[in-house]
Amino acid sequence: MEYTLEYFDRFVKIYAKHLSENKEYLTQLDAAIGDGDHGINMDRGAKAALERLKSMDPKTPGELLRTVGMALLSTVGGAAGPLYGTVFMKMSIAIGNKEKIDDKELVKALEQALLGIKTLGKAEVGEKTMVDVWEPVVEFLKEKVLKEGYELPDICEEVIKLAEERMKATIPMIARKGRASYLGERSIGHQDPGATSSYLFFRSLCEALQR
Amino acid sequence: MGGSTLKKLINSPETVVKEMLEGMAAAYPELIKVHFNPNFIYRADAPVKGKVALISGGGSGHEPLHGGYVGKGMLDAACPGEVFTSPTPDQMYEAAKTVEGGEGILFIVKNYTGDVMNFDMAADLLKAEGYKVESVIIADDVAVEESLYSAGRRGVGGTVFAEKIGGAAAERGWSLEEVKRVVEKVAKNVRSIGIALTPCTVPAAGKPTFELSEDEFEFGIGIHGEPGRKRMKMRPVDEIVQMMMDAILQDMPLEKGDEVALLVNGMGGTPLMELFIVNRKVAQILDNIGVKRYKTLVGNYITSLEMQGTSITVLKLDDELKELLDDPVLTPALRWKA
Repeated sequence: MEYTLEYFDRFVKIYAKHLSENKEYLTQLDAAIGDGDHGINMDRGAKAALERLKSMDPKTPGELLRTVGMALLSTVGGAAGPLYGTVFMKMSIAIGNKEKIDDKELVKALEQALLGIKTLGKAEVGEKTMVDVWEPVVEFLKEKVLKEGYELPDICEEVIKLAEERMKATIPMIARKGRASYLGERSIGHQDPGATSSYLFFRSLCEALQR
Repeated sequence: MGGSTLKKLINSPETVVKEMLEGMAAAYPELIKVHFNPNFIYRADAPVKGKVALISGGGSGHEPLHGGYVGKGMLDAACPGEVFTSPTPDQMYEAAKTVEGGEGILFIVKNYTGDVMNFDMAADLLKAEGYKVESVIIADDVAVEESLYSAGRRGVGGTVFAEKIGGAAAERGWSLEEVKRVVEKVAKNVRSIGIALTPCTVPAAGKPTFELSEDEFEFGIGIHGEPGRKRMKMRPVDEIVQMMMDAILQDMPLEKGDEVALLVNGMGGTPLMELFIVNRKVAQILDNIGVKRYKTLVGNYITSLEMQGTSITVLKLDDELKELLDDPVLTPALRWKA
């Protein structure tokens, strides 16, 4: 399949919509084990990204992703700003100035994004963070797309299901990173907000496939 | 439970930071200026040539930290994020370029994942343009264990002393290395702990950050409205203060003859009357172990919106720190000898 500027534009708009619709939910999750601003911050960032896309009018997927990354970096704040900013920036760098990419290139870009957030945030799987969704999903994509030759449309349902499962799997974990880690065992029993916004990210990637 | 939630003296949640900054600028035109988009507060006489530029910042909602500490003898600039949210790299980048005086930049960073990441990114941007940038991380909260398995201790009240002492060193014209050295000395010798009687409400969220019943308090809170380590039954304040001081002294034992600077801080919603009662017990405890209270600050120095509660910060002093602490300072929130 081909992933063009239009695809990425749809993806960002769908993700922004999910973030807006789930603003209170994400905030609630963050209030339980953080400081209650994840939903607010991500929604603000998403709206800023959409505005910048309008004014900057990027011409390639790489430009679009870079525009979004910079918007998130300068408006989201907290840890989510640098982390999600890195996601989009790394994807932009991986794609370069190609006008369209295929499934393999998309997965490689997501892999770079994962490496970026792990380097910046220094989290591993099991620490109750966005990595708990990112790593299993990217590994699954690498296996199916890079190794077995599937395309994203073929495996979308499984991707969404996996992301949702991994998001929920953060519930019993003890937080080892970020603000939630101050709570120690009191963080158990709550779903991680970063894992949740990550689930929405992958869901949006899939939903953008349908026109 | 916290009181009414959105009954706040604001116009709208989206404009709180901008309007606060405008109000500060209007109150202290002889001391500070405010830059918008990106937002930062800076010394009215900046850039001051020939000195290290001392910059800090963090989420809004902790006033007077950090903007209230901008001025002679303390911060050159402060970068306010959204409420309880780390500022973004572009804020620190622009602030640094505005106030730097040719002797390098020192960032004082409270130890929170987001703050550390955003200040790091700003430092990278500045270094790429040839600026000398150093950072000191403040992690003084003893409520959280120093651990490889957590984000580490939070930076809280000790930040006030770090900014004052670092600011004095910078004002004296010390080198970047020397200013960093002395701020690191503060970071190593300061400890804090906080408790809350009520949560607070972030304007954009519209409801309290956690719930406490009428007879409970939260022990070991941070400054961002997040729940603390332990929920406990209410008791007379002397007992609470004893627990707080035990936590600090266990972590940083003091000996007879030691001298300390003390901050008995209000979280924003607690009356001064109560803070003085807290200080009474703190003073007794320190007197009993023969520790001299060289300087005491009582009041709202690092708050958490309208949270009711208190935090205690103890800084172990030596001669160098005492001198720098006593140096003149002229900022909206701290002024002496100026």
